[in-house]
Amino acid sequence: MISDFIKRNLSTSAIWLFIIFELLFFSIAGHYLSFSDGEFMDLGNMLLLLQQSAPIGIIAVGMTLIMVNGNIDLSVGAVFAIAGIVMLDSMTWGMFSGLGDWVIIVSWILALAAGALLGAINGLIVWKTGVDAFIVTLGSMLGYRGLVFMFNGENPTSHLNWTLVDFAEAQFLGFNTATWFLAGSVLVIWLVTRYTVHGRNAYAIGNNRTAAVNAGIRVGPHMVINFVIIGFLAALSAVVFYSGSGSVNPNDGQLYELWVITAVVLGGTKLAGGSGSVIGTLGGVIAIQLLRKGLGYIGADTSTVNLVIGLILIVVLFLDRQLNVKGAQELKV
Amino acid sequence: MTQPTSPALRLEGIVKTFPGVKALDNVSLDVMPGEVHALMGENGAGKSTLMKVLGGIYQPDEGLIYVGDTAVVMSNPLDSKGKGIVFIHQELSLAEELSVAENVYLGELPVKSFGRVDWETLYKKTDTILAKLKVSFNARTRVGDLSIANQQMVEIARALTVDAKAVIFDEPTASLTDAEKLVLFEVIADLKDQGVGIVYISHRMEEIFKMTDRVSVLRDGQYQGSLLTADTNEEEITQMMIGRKLDLTRAPLNHELGDIALEVRDLSCGSSYRNVNFQVRCGEVLGFYGLVGAGRTEIAETLFGLRQPNTGTILLDGEEMHIRSPSAAIRAGISLVPEDRKTQGLVLGMNCRDNMTLPQVDDMTAGPFVSDGAEVAVFDLYRDRLDIRTPGWRQTVGNLSGGNQQKIVIGKWLSMHPKVLIVDEPTRGIDVGSKSAIHKLIRELAASGYAIIVISSEMPEVLHVSDRIVAMFSGEIIRTFTAEDVTEDNLIQAISGIKSK
Amino acid sequence: MANIARQRILTVIGKQGILIAFMLFMVIFALANSNFLSLDNLQSVIRSSAILGVMALGVTFVVISGNLDLSVGSMMSFSTIVVLDLHDKLGPNLAIPTMYLMTLGLGGFIGYLVGYLRLNSLIVTLGMLSAIHGLTLTYSGGQNMDIADKSNTWFGFFGRGEMFGLPVPIILFILLAAFLGVLLAKTPFGRKVYAVGGNPTAAAFSGIPRARTVFTCYLISAFCVATAGLIQASRSMGSQNTVGQGYELEVLAAVILGGASLLGGSGTILKTVIGILILGFIQNGLLLMGWPFYVQFVITWIIIILAVWLDISAKRGKLWASI
Repeated sequence: MISDFIKRNLSTSAIWLFIIFELLFFSIAGHYLSFSDGEFMDLGNMLLLLQQSAPIGIIAVGMTLIMVNGNIDLSVGAVFAIAGIVMLDSMTWGMFSGLGDWVIIVSWILALAAGALLGAINGLIVWKTGVDAFIVTLGSMLGYRGLVFMFNGENPTSHLNWTLVDFAEAQFLGFNTATWFLAGSVLVIWLVTRYTVHGRNAYAIGNNRTAAVNAGIRVGPHMVINFVIIGFLAALSAVVFYSGSGSVNPNDGQLYELWVITAVVLGGTKLAGGSGSVIGTLGGVIAIQLLRKGLGYIGADTSTVNLVIGLILIVVLFLDRQLNVKGAQELKV
Repeated sequence: MTQPTSPALRLEGIVKTFPGVKALDNVSLDVMPGEVHALMGENGAGKSTLMKVLGGIYQPDEGLIYVGDTAVVMSNPLDSKGKGIVFIHQELSLAEELSVAENVYLGELPVKSFGRVDWETLYKKTDTILAKLKVSFNARTRVGDLSIANQQMVEIARALTVDAKAVIFDEPTASLTDAEKLVLFEVIADLKDQGVGIVYISHRMEEIFKMTDRVSVLRDGQYQGSLLTADTNEEEITQMMIGRKLDLTRAPLNHELGDIALEVRDLSCGSSYRNVNFQVRCGEVLGFYGLVGAGRTEIAETLFGLRQPNTGTILLDGEEMHIRSPSAAIRAGISLVPEDRKTQGLVLGMNCRDNMTLPQVDDMTAGPFVSDGAEVAVFDLYRDRLDIRTPGWRQTVGNLSGGNQQKIVIGKWLSMHPKVLIVDEPTRGIDVGSKSAIHKLIRELAASGYAIIVISSEMPEVLHVSDRIVAMFSGEIIRTFTAEDVTEDNLIQAISGIKSK
Repeated sequence: MANIARQRILTVIGKQGILIAFMLFMVIFALANSNFLSLDNLQSVIRSSAILGVMALGVTFVVISGNLDLSVGSMMSFSTIVVLDLHDKLGPNLAIPTMYLMTLGLGGFIGYLVGYLRLNSLIVTLGMLSAIHGLTLTYSGGQNMDIADKSNTWFGFFGRGEMFGLPVPIILFILLAAFLGVLLAKTPFGRKVYAVGGNPTAAAFSGIPRARTVFTCYLISAFCVATAGLIQASRSMGSQNTVGQGYELEVLAAVILGGASLLGGSGTILKTVIGILILGFIQNGLLLMGWPFYVQFVITWIIIILAVWLDISAKRGKLWASI
């Protein structure tokens, strides 16, 4: 019993231990290796960290729900880019020219709606054709990216609206707008997974789909809702990000699905579904961002970061398997 | 005793036919409220089909089902629960990551506004039910942390969320310790007091006689009758289960037995089986008979390298062996025709010939390539020998009938010329004609010198085909019979856990 | 009765749907542009498909064995960069085998993780995609690679040479396809790949070594990737270090289009070649019609979904499956 308890909680608390380890490691290593003057662990750095975690973090929150449910979504990067384009471009549309700065609200709504719509398409295809979510979203990763390029070819889409930029760079209570959105997403989805029927059903479906079906849970519509949620969150992430940056490259968002999935798996969500938590995912996101920052701090470049992240994912997989292997009496097949 | 008027559950004239097989032939049965009614019968007698009809998974072709006074039609499992019929299956259908309460009310969580779960109500309702069952855990415990016995209690609790009229237990004590069984029996007694009609499916005579009020027997899809438990005994029930007719006579043993091909001493593997001892000689067929879970398949898996024993010795031709993998077993000369041909015996998408030559594909080569000729030769040989009906070797195995599929698997392993051939459920799901052909084949193989182990859950089969029979129950060998001293009665009793009188 | 006839038609469409759709496309393209079916054009399509094609051959093995390989794109970048770099340091005669060894090492690592440790191939190769990308960047120091003296080497033969009137890439593609096709269809190893992918349990029960078979499939894939990298490096004699980015999707698309099931157990080299050609012709046709390259993404997406849907429904016997 005790060993079970330890095993289970090891995976959830492990990520926080890892974060603490990283903070210590980089602070110390930074003393010897860093070229910059400041301390690694100063407040400004950490706040920046949270802000920079937002794009991946917001999407990862949605991915947690999807993976708990037993699915996966590889198209989030493309949806991110499309939402960004919709937001920036719609601010230049003729029909909104009389709105002044109110167009911002409209463009946000359009972008979020676009994300939700693309998510719904994914969900409907998964539901109605029975094709595995992985294949469907692999395809939409391609297809949606095609739509991105179709919009403006290989040129970036840009629009600068200073009110928007001000908003994006504003701070409330010491935290940046992006951080607030991240916190908000985490909170909302956490509430959903812990306290709503929909959330609890997600765990049931991921854990034992037959039992869920037999209990009368309508799995298809449930999945569609989850895809809409992640589509919406991918769009939200884009809205938050591009409000500040003002320009979308058609290649933006590539590999986001990798970061997101890594964060989710790192945070303790099981690949097979049925278990996982948004708080853990937040930990995973922070851990990865910390790793990037830390490696940069001690002089490593992006390539090393990519290398390390990729390897970490594999190590986590390995540990996940070790902790979940059943007893020795299982058939050696 | 004043009788309530209508039965809690009544079946009238239920007929269910599948292609080639009449699973239920005019079955009628009733269960009174507050009665524990045992349902017995051999494997294949129709018990599980009957349960699936009651559970809404199958629709009966003819006949009516009554709950109380009302005739009902159940199109799916949810329906059946809604009408007051609840199942406790052998395979638990729980979501292990969720709490007890969430499982008990799966799909029916009480809600507040905005889709939020009404936890207070949920826990309160669950606690009430759990109190009725007098369990040691509470509604917030994660189901995955509970023992199997307690998980079963959660399933029972689910049953009590509705106003159950009838609860059906399917082999509930299979994974329970003695202490846990006592708790279960108390729960059943409580349900009984509450006026619920209980159907208890089991092979275990001891429990039947301890707990039940009446016993009904099915045989070959037909209802054989119901008796008051108090008025009957094991022999009578056994006879109803197997009937007097045994139309397959035992094939005579008319050849010499060779040396001991395989010997097993004191083999144990955790809770699957313990202290297993037996020998098989060349030319002999050793039958293993017992219920699901008795340990027979696990022994076969051990001999084939799929499962490692904790203690004990395996001797092949007198030499001690440590079989670590199927390829090691195959090299040593042991072949296994597995229990489930579709998931274990065949690659359904491949053609007949390729399936048959799979274990030896490395040896059937001409240079670096697979030799078409050699492969087809093997296929043709066994196709003729086993009378496999297929348009040609290119036919996808998935398209063949069950009987022919099974023959392909048998042919596959015969072509390896093993020293010991283990056949697990040789004729499961196969039509009568092919069945007897396969039985004949097994006898012929024995006559030509193979040492054969046959695992079976069908008594006529195991009696017809074996020279000796090992009867197992709950992981132990209860008794090993020879052809002379085995009878249907003492065999059934042995596998039901009753040691010899 | 009408039902049975309809079932039969649907089954045929399900099985040959891709081919039918492909023929339709070809007809449309041919009508839209008279150049489409010219010999020159056909040759150019096949030549530009050669690199993807070579990669797809290896991935076919992995997919039939029931797994995935999303790392092939970045692995190809790695191979290209490495061989270009080593060319100037070791000379082409040493550079080429060294690059092959290094790429096979990567493939073997993945094969070990998926085959022996039984980790999930989707996530492992997703992680390796990033890791190898990082490796490539580190190796190249972020620089593009160029061969210093382009005229003084025979290295360009693979990408630019000609033999018997055909461009060498096409010859390499054909040779590799033939070799691997025979390996898959005619040898014991090929049989084992189908068994492991078609029903891993039954394969184990028949004594087939699952781990080793899966491992070898990843080695084969790595070999093909190395060859693709060689052709690419040789053709351009210099390269950006992101050259292979995104290739994994196109390769997977080709394999799916060719009719291999992502669940494992089915597919052939020939079908993959057809899939590659389909992709190539779609791209080419769209180009000739004046559509920009990214439209093919959308079209490919639709085709993939349709292909897999038809495949699943044909297997299930009904066309409208809902959960």
